[in-house]
Amino acid sequence: MLAKRIIPCLDIKDGQTVKGVNFINIKNVGDPVELGALYAEQGADELVFLDITATHEGRKTFVELVKRIAREINIPFTVGGGISELKDADALLSAGADKISINSSAVRNPKLIDELALNFGSQFVVLAIDARGDATGHWTVTVNGGRIPTDKELFSWAKEGENRGAGEILFTSMNHDGTKNGFACNELARLADNLTIPIIASGGAGNMDHFVEVFTKGKADAGLAASIFHFKEIAIPDLKAYLKEKGIVVR
Amino acid sequence: MNIVIIKYNAGNIESVSNALLRLGVQAEITGDHDKIRAADKVIFPGVGEASTTMAFLKKEGLDKLIPSLTQPVLGICLGLQLMCSHSEEGDTPCLGIFEEKVKRFQPEPGMEYVTKVPHMGWNSIAQLKSGIFDTSLEEQYVYFVHSYYAAVGEHTAAVCNYINPFSAALNKDNFYATQFHPEKSGPVGQKILENFLKI
Repeated sequence: MLAKRIIPCLDIKDGQTVKGVNFINIKNVGDPVELGALYAEQGADELVFLDITATHEGRKTFVELVKRIAREINIPFTVGGGISELKDADALLSAGADKISINSSAVRNPKLIDELALNFGSQFVVLAIDARGDATGHWTVTVNGGRIPTDKELFSWAKEGENRGAGEILFTSMNHDGTKNGFACNELARLADNLTIPIIASGGAGNMDHFVEVFTKGKADAGLAASIFHFKEIAIPDLKAYLKEKGIVVR
Repeated sequence: MNIVIIKYNAGNIESVSNALLRLGVQAEITGDHDKIRAADKVIFPGVGEASTTMAFLKKEGLDKLIPSLTQPVLGICLGLQLMCSHSEEGDTPCLGIFEEKVKRFQPEPGMEYVTKVPHMGWNSIAQLKSGIFDTSLEEQYVYFVHSYYAAVGEHTAAVCNYINPFSAALNKDNFYATQFHPEKSGPVGQKILENFLKI
């Protein structure tokens, strides 16, 4: 049976792994290649590397980093951040990335999804969506790390992404992100029911039961988290063993 | 050892070469017929679409060369599908090394968790046969990304189950092929590549 995937996410700035507890207090948790290799060895099913560098120099550093990752890491990995046109994606794919994730650039230019899928295949294209729900149950798609609301709504945007050729949806609930109170299971289950492509759940992981919930109640195909892995609050081998014990198929 | 990876218009060839480098083997990526024929082992990787890729192989004469090779050959992903007799993708006649036919997964509505195409992620392989496997690999997980599959047939060397049972690997004489990506399948995939290098 197809296994549920556990995906650590590494934020990269100027070639270094960071995870912002907030934007003022960024803690360095090591070399991305070393950390990625460690996670792979521990049983991570995939890795995501997000480039949060804004500068041109930083971009070049990131492409070089992707080449190193491709040489060292023996599991699939996705890279994202700053991909706004075909040539950005092409550079990352040539460097050895298995998939790319797009977020704000797809909101600004939805045709980018079609172009990427047509040129590289849907399996290369992960549509990342950051959304925030309000009291009425309306989920607004946001960009720039959740700071800027857009006119798009989560469920219709996810469906549009699938129709345009995205191969997976990576949904981050801005309501849950950083809370460690669990994933947005209701919205995730609704996405899973509406779509035929895999859903990666992100935002809110705080303990191992949250992963059990996201794979059962949330019907997610994969669970993504960052700080709980980086700060060793949950070890991946323990998480895999726990999920197995709860009857969830894992590798 | 002289290992050649066949170069053609397919994606992700570098990742196979990277995986071999991790095993201490430098492979040459080439489309040169003489170099391919002279190699100790040949790897035929591939990510792409069947009909355009077959058209490219024909243009380069690789459609005649590949089936005539006598050293161990390993096809990966689309490589496996192109080594079969026919693919539903673009209704494409393929190389015919294996008699098995390639079909598209038909999702079954209402069957939760098994309705998604492509089949993407880690799945387990069983009923292993052929030199690229050993008993330690039975029921181990490997990484798949594909929408088309080779049916189970005479040459099936590993079975995986997704929507229906299909050939996760094929073997006939010196020809080996995996639907999954050993180069992306962690230590299990590494072992399979090592086994292929030892044949």
